[in-house]
Amino acid sequence: MLRLDCLRSVYAELEDCLVVTIMGAVAAELHSLGHRPNFFYLQHAMGLASSTGLGVALCLPEQTVIVFDGDGSLLMNLGSLSTMARYRPKKLVHVVFDNECLLSVGGFPTATSTGTDLEGIARAAGIPRVVKVRSVEDFKIAVANARHGGELTTIIAKVEAQGPAGYVTDLSLLENRFQFRRHIQSLKKQ
Amino acid sequence: MPVSLTNSKLIYDALKECDIRLVSALPETWLVHLIRLADDDPEMILVRLAKEEEGVGVSAGAHFAGVKSAMLMQNHGFLASINGIVSFAHLYKIPLLMLVSYRGTFGERDPWQTQGGNVTEPLLRALRIPYLFLDALDTVKKRVRQAQTLAESSLQPVALLLTRDLMWEE
Repeated sequence: MLRLDCLRSVYAELEDCLVVTIMGAVAAELHSLGHRPNFFYLQHAMGLASSTGLGVALCLPEQTVIVFDGDGSLLMNLGSLSTMARYRPKKLVHVVFDNECLLSVGGFPTATSTGTDLEGIARAAGIPRVVKVRSVEDFKIAVANARHGGELTTIIAKVEAQGPAGYVTDLSLLENRFQFRRHIQSLKKQ
Repeated sequence: MPVSLTNSKLIYDALKECDIRLVSALPETWLVHLIRLADDDPEMILVRLAKEEEGVGVSAGAHFAGVKSAMLMQNHGFLASINGIVSFAHLYKIPLLMLVSYRGTFGERDPWQTQGGNVTEPLLRALRIPYLFLDALDTVKKRVRQAQTLAESSLQPVALLLTRDLMWEE
């Protein structure tokens, strides 16, 4: 299963969500499908994408927030699972693309390649619904169920260690950040 | 426990007057009353963290959502947050109002706090984070307001160091 195919399978559904991604392949691939003002790519601060999604979700409980995380990033901030589980926003969807390596720095294997089980960790941290998927079809279903299930969900998506040719996009970090905030403020005025 | 409830209340009220609606926190002795005040306040979203760096992400999310926030942490929590501060708050121009209990300085009895006390201000200066002290009753309200105003106008982290003189009664 390719991460790009997963993203493509839910791209249309992302239109009315607030989306936060980690850096590297996830950001570049989502951007390659077509940037939207409701996408924020956290191009550094590894581990904090889930915390950022949590902050948005706690302040705007009516909005669906989707975080596209990765195994390397989540392993840097495992405590985030316990914090998310503690407050469990109903409309927060936490997707973890697990390719068992740090792809964008050369493919160094992470601990999920040697047996660390993020699904088990998420469940034991108290995330109310945890799903592991290995096919694009199952991924699409899992995201739809999470969006409409009314429960904080972590989806572990096992993907190939394959990414885009490059990671730099033509969207400046600050432009992305101001656009994302302005988009959210415009939703509140509606 | 001789942590000042009166002065903690003063700080909390000053945060409320700045329209702070979300507080992230990791407990430490000097912060117990502040955290309890936030927990008891139905208007406040309290996020109890596993590690302080998460608070940078949570506050960034709150900022995107249009909600003003504050971070309550010990100076060792500030040390634990530095990558988040640099590679998120500074990189993306995120306002952070950080209330940092300043342990390990004059009067400190706990040996384990003393190294953090030595490096807190040098690190704040190295990171070019503007900071002031909360050390006297009559300036708390004004300084909290000034710090929050600067964080919002400059879109950067600003720190208030909570001192023993204000927080501790003995």
